[in-house]
Amino acid sequence: MREVERVFREEYGRVVASLVRRFGDIDIAEEAAGEALLVALEKWPADGVPPNPGAWLTTTAGNKAIDRLRRDAKSHDKHRQAMQMHEQTTAAEPPEPTGIVTDDRLRLIFTCCHPALAPEARVALTLRLLGGLTVAEIAEAFFVPETTMAQRITRAKKKIKVARIPYRVPGPADLTERLTAVLAVVYLVFNEGYLSTSGDAPIREELTGEAIRLGRVLRELLPDVPEVAGLLALMLLTEARRRTRVAGGELVTLQEQDRGGWDRSLIEEGHALVRECLQTNRPGHYQLLAAINAVHTDAPTAADTDWAQIATLYAQLYAVTPSPVVALNRAVAVAELDGPEVALAEVDRLDLTSYHAWHATRADLLRRLGRSAEARAAYDAAIAATANEAERAYLARRRGTLAQ
Amino acid sequence: MTQYLLSVYMNESDEMPPEEDIQRMYKAVDEFNEKVRSAGAWVFAGGLEPIEAATTVDGTKSAPIVTDGPYVESKEYLGGFWVIEAPDLDAALTWAKEGSAACEGRVEVRPFQAEPA
Repeated sequence: MREVERVFREEYGRVVASLVRRFGDIDIAEEAAGEALLVALEKWPADGVPPNPGAWLTTTAGNKAIDRLRRDAKSHDKHRQAMQMHEQTTAAEPPEPTGIVTDDRLRLIFTCCHPALAPEARVALTLRLLGGLTVAEIAEAFFVPETTMAQRITRAKKKIKVARIPYRVPGPADLTERLTAVLAVVYLVFNEGYLSTSGDAPIREELTGEAIRLGRVLRELLPDVPEVAGLLALMLLTEARRRTRVAGGELVTLQEQDRGGWDRSLIEEGHALVRECLQTNRPGHYQLLAAINAVHTDAPTAADTDWAQIATLYAQLYAVTPSPVVALNRAVAVAELDGPEVALAEVDRLDLTSYHAWHATRADLLRRLGRSAEARAAYDAAIAATANEAERAYLARRRGTLAQ
Repeated sequence: MTQYLLSVYMNESDEMPPEEDIQRMYKAVDEFNEKVRSAGAWVFAGGLEPIEAATTVDGTKSAPIVTDGPYVESKEYLGGFWVIEAPDLDAALTWAKEGSAACEGRVEVRPFQAEPA
């Protein structure tokens, strides 16, 4: 039973994407997928999981959909339309015995991340349709009531239908811009899992895992887009450090992490992607962030960190994404090269008073300059600006070690 | 094919642009309209006289009521619109982006309900 559900969830995205293409309707696709699950729950425990479970589920779901549409075509417009859609798509292509065409998922991701949908709806829809997460799981992940999340998803599906958002990979003119939205959704899911703005578990594994899975799907489907490789590398290199990032309910910074606890295979994979991006030499936001992470993960100890390279990369990143947060992170590198005084001057020029990391950075620089009273005030401000328990515990401890 | 309403909203607090800007916009909109027509996407379009020219009618009660002014009291008001035909939202949005640039204003894109079969 568990095994069946696990496989179903892994294959959900493929199955739904294929059905959406054939029938042009997300609700019909989901219903059919659900019915296929029921059949699988009945048959697989006895017969074993089939060798190509995705294909089996897609074929079964397709048949269920056709049966239902034949029954209902007389009474429901939408079913008649879906039947027509099915006939058109089947006539246009030879029947695929496996029923899995990889770009169906690509089409579906682009549809879910369409700019006409509200940003939170894009995230919810992507996790539901491509991630196979249940509405309850997504609601929990984003700290909203289940009914709210259910409504959000229902509205998004309705908008897709009523406004006629097409199920299509965008053409070359729009691809870059549309891909930006897709990558932003995946990265948001990853960050939500990794950083978790509030709640008890500072890091939520199922979301980071899901984001990486989606990142891999995108990489498979778009092997020549360097920013896709960059995002995957960034997530892998960040995830590699997950186990060492929290200890005893408290955040452990990069300097203090036990590098022996890092996941070497994820780091290798991330480094290989970064090397590939460097060769392609079409740098972008995610590639630069990945490269910065790679410099960190390349250093055997914190003391070996190549801060000069990091500062240079942040400068390049600032040219691409001139945000104060990037400037802040660059200042942290500058502190290692030119000292805390120079770095503090840069940090103080930034307008980030509601960002806990800005206060935390100031606190640390002030501490290094021996300005304990100001450092204490900055730690207080940092703690007030974050709801993450692990971050707060870390900041409180640091504040506690200040000279009186 | 679906019909979409592309509406252009103005804001009362917007200043009347100088004559040369108005001429530029008219020209750009004319060119855009020609493009829409040639593509076969044109259904109807027009610019509306300013809001001062509006009259509101309420025929819902036993005796109809006629009042001077718009239905909605707000700073924003409808300046003009296009009705186009497009296969999907992406196509409608492509038109809307060009139309918005031509008339130098924001455009709202809304699908019409389908006619009952």
